[in-house]
Amino acid sequence: MAKEYSFYPGCSSQEGASSSNYLKSVQSMCDVLDIKLNTIPDWNCCSASIGYSGGGELPRLALSARNIALSEKHNGGQDIVATCAACWLSTRETAERLHQDPEMMAETNTALKEAGLQLTNATKIRHMVEVLIEDIGYEEMGKHVKKPLEGIKIAGYVGCQTNRPFGIEGESFENPKYLDKFVETLGGESIPNYEKKVSCCGGALAFSEPEKSQALVKGIIESALDHGADMIVTPCPVCQMNVEVYQDQINAKYGTKFHIPVTYYSTLMAVAYGKTAKEASLEGQIIRAKKLEAICAK
Amino acid sequence: MTDLNKQMVEQYRNSFLKEVEANVEEGEWVKMCMQCGVCSGSCPLGPYWDHPPQELFMMIRAGKREEVLASSSMWMCTSCYNCIARCPRELPITHIMHGLAHYAKRLGLAPKNQPTMKFSQKFWDNLMVTGRVNELKLGLSLYFMNGLVEGIKTSLKMKNIGLGMLLTKRMNPMEMLGGHSVKDKSGFKAMIKKAQELEAARIAKFKTP
Repeated sequence: MAKEYSFYPGCSSQEGASSSNYLKSVQSMCDVLDIKLNTIPDWNCCSASIGYSGGGELPRLALSARNIALSEKHNGGQDIVATCAACWLSTRETAERLHQDPEMMAETNTALKEAGLQLTNATKIRHMVEVLIEDIGYEEMGKHVKKPLEGIKIAGYVGCQTNRPFGIEGESFENPKYLDKFVETLGGESIPNYEKKVSCCGGALAFSEPEKSQALVKGIIESALDHGADMIVTPCPVCQMNVEVYQDQINAKYGTKFHIPVTYYSTLMAVAYGKTAKEASLEGQIIRAKKLEAICAK
Repeated sequence: MTDLNKQMVEQYRNSFLKEVEANVEEGEWVKMCMQCGVCSGSCPLGPYWDHPPQELFMMIRAGKREEVLASSSMWMCTSCYNCIARCPRELPITHIMHGLAHYAKRLGLAPKNQPTMKFSQKFWDNLMVTGRVNELKLGLSLYFMNGLVEGIKTSLKMKNIGLGMLLTKRMNPMEMLGGHSVKDKSGFKAMIKKAQELEAARIAKFKTP
């Protein structure tokens, strides 16, 4: 029987948005692993970790509280699962903050009442990666591999917000190994000593401080290439975007010749599970993942 | 000087620490800082901070109100959470930085034209319109945040990235016409309005002990 979750997709995964390709590949992956995602009806933005200039603490808490309350109302009893690192982080932070502070919880519920909602706050907030590791398991993930990612060397770029401050149970903040294990499980070659695996890409500051952020991205790519990586894999939409789309600008500024694909773990899984290039959303790569395309074409 | 700023100066004369504890998100943690400097050393944009977090904490305790609140420092936070993960005393440093930034802006003390402050406000305003972020409008508003001429220059510089996003269907020009939205917009807005009122009331009610 399918495992069911209350799904919080987040703004960037919507149709025509920057990580719509992530969502497509997640759906293909979940289809194989018999995971059913019940989208939270009428979910709203969590304000990520950049909305703080305009939004004070309580308005920001109210945003995520509304999503949790909607989930409790419509998908009662199901864990909330997010695929976006910032969505997961904001929602889980809100749940924990409101557990610790009864006054804030009371005020949040007063605000929610205006939207006809009430928060019990008894819902577990999880990242898709946790579902894969804890509920599905590496062994099961490996069983469905039809086309192993043979001969592809992949740098596992975990980034920040899937890793800190909560991270994945049993993994360390400084050297998490699960992306490497994903790669190995899918038949690819991992780079366990990829030293930039938890370095920051600049996050939202890629927009407001592009030079500073691109200097960080340069280091992340350089290190992957030094290790002989064919591509980079990440669980985070902001990491994916920042590391993929600015390569030309970085090349122009630093005289580098970067042209390395950056995909999601779900992209790799969809390909290894024998899905088509379209189902794996390979057309969503601005820098095409030709080695994955070749596997799909096999 | 804004009225709120005047009021706070009066209220917390000589005790900036108390002011931060009462009004800044997670501000009650500031006095727990033991000045080890791990946060400052762990920050990806560390070299660009006028005063790294450890220094800000000491400055708050020393009553350096203007220097802290008018600083561009906390606007350098990328929300990477390195400082939180590594702080031996488990201070929620990322949140304190966001809280300080928000408070400085609220008082009208944040540096004018600080790019992350502007982007952060634009992000908030953008999501307030429909309850969901409209990436296309957000991106364009950002390019043009320093006027038309610079906006056109930035747009030209970014055109290849935009084209790439468009061709991979990760950007949709139709989003200009409204785009994705929550259905219960009125409930959503009423909720935010109430949260803002409650928060303003909480800040107003704190008095110097």
